[in-house]
Amino acid sequence: MRFAYYPGCSLKGTGKAYEKSTLAVFKALGLELIEIPEWNCCGATAYMAVDELASEVLSFRNLVLAQRMGLQRVVAPCSACYLNLLKARKAFLSNDPKRERLCSALKRAGWEYDCSALPEVLHPLQVFTEIVGLEKIKERIRRPLKGLKIVPYYGCQLVRPYDGYDDPIYPVKMDLLLELTGAEIISDYPLKTRCCGASLTGTIEEAGVRLNELLITEAKRRGGNVMSTLCALCQFNLEMYQGKMKVNHKMPVLYFTQILGLALGLGEKELGMEHLLYRPSLEV
Amino acid sequence: MKIQRTIKYEGELDRSLLTYLFSLPEGEHIKRCIQCGTCSGVCPLSIYMDFTPRKLVALVREGFSQEVLSSFTIWLCSSCYSCTVSCPQQIPITEIMYALKRKAIEEGAYPRRFPVPVLAREFYRMVFKNGRNSEALLVLRLILKTSLLKALSYMPLGLKLLRSGRFSLKKERISRPSGVRKLLKAAREVKP
Ligand code: SF4
Ligand code: SF4
Repeated sequence: MRFAYYPGCSLKGTGKAYEKSTLAVFKALGLELIEIPEWNCCGATAYMAVDELASEVLSFRNLVLAQRMGLQRVVAPCSACYLNLLKARKAFLSNDPKRERLCSALKRAGWEYDCSALPEVLHPLQVFTEIVGLEKIKERIRRPLKGLKIVPYYGCQLVRPYDGYDDPIYPVKMDLLLELTGAEIISDYPLKTRCCGASLTGTIEEAGVRLNELLITEAKRRGGNVMSTLCALCQFNLEMYQGKMKVNHKMPVLYFTQILGLALGLGEKELGMEHLLYRPSLEV
Repeated sequence: MKIQRTIKYEGELDRSLLTYLFSLPEGEHIKRCIQCGTCSGVCPLSIYMDFTPRKLVALVREGFSQEVLSSFTIWLCSSCYSCTVSCPQQIPITEIMYALKRKAIEEGAYPRRFPVPVLAREFYRMVFKNGRNSEALLVLRLILKTSLLKALSYMPLGLKLLRSGRFSLKKERISRPSGVRKLLKAAREVKP
């Protein structure tokens, strides 16, 4: 199975371990990810704050590039990228005036594309749980992760605002996936979709750090010894700002692909474990 | 202490911002707000806001356009969509916050040297120029444009990134960013 791969800016920078582990897990599951050549930034939340149509054309360009590769599905691991691609796709398929403006902007810039088949947008979690299926993944588990007590943290933009794939406030798909690894899953974590503050950690630090402090403290209180994330920005905030919190719990914050990769028996190097500030302790 | 009138007279109200919000998809839903406060309750940032989301909706509806546009509230919104999925009246609050940010930038009404709008604009420029965003360079520009003093507080973070091999000053760029620029310019030109 082949997918167009949209890494986004973070996965090429501070989130490089997310890229490494995603590529490694896909490969181990026999899935092919092909990076979209010349992809551009999705505009994050900043473009929406400056110019909505610009934000949509940015994402639309990436979808068209994927279409030109002859692929019907785009995989975007960062939640912000995922939502932007999905929004652009929805704007294009909708009937509101946005669509007309989007089309005329593309026409004006001389862009040709096939309206009938715009690629579908997927997050790796969807690929694992919906396309590969939990049964298949279960068969491939080589190294049960004894001793890990995982707190699955979903953040915002994968599950909101569009529901359908999972519950927007209390999702479970990552819980179910990680259960296969043999680790203990802390499923009653009530803050699983409470915001990490996104870029506020960099702009209004006091507010940003506070949000992450709540998340880490509660994860600790519930008995977790590692947090699992599925967004480049969530991982960054949760891990990097622990030093600024009242108590530094040194909570390891992993990408869910790293955890899955470990259970599939992949090497630490392949999964980018060396980029972590705090390592989980695994029983052997 | 300066004595100021704390209420507005009918004649001073200005509902232009409300009219603008009506032009958004489902923007007219704002009329349905029952002031239940669910949005403020679920909002993780409301404790820092000058007006909570509920209050902001009330102010827009009544015509306090200037107060809303120059508020910190809209810049504290992290676009987490908690309010949007919880509002019993299906009011697209997050999209409204985005729209207000755009209006505030357009009219230059945002608080000066406040880092959030500065970051949004620097980000916009960087992607316009290179097609991609380079995280470290973006933070450097933010420091330059807001407060050099703050640079010191970024040091420990920079060191951590360095230590874990995640720091890079490389400029991320696509090979022909002119194509992206052309598209963005076209988007600007088709504005209604
Ligand atoms: S949740 Fe909706 S109806 Fe309730 S106050 Fe907020 S905007 Fe109004
Ligand atoms: S989207 Fe903005 S206003 Fe709504 S709950 Fe999240 S931070 Fe608050």
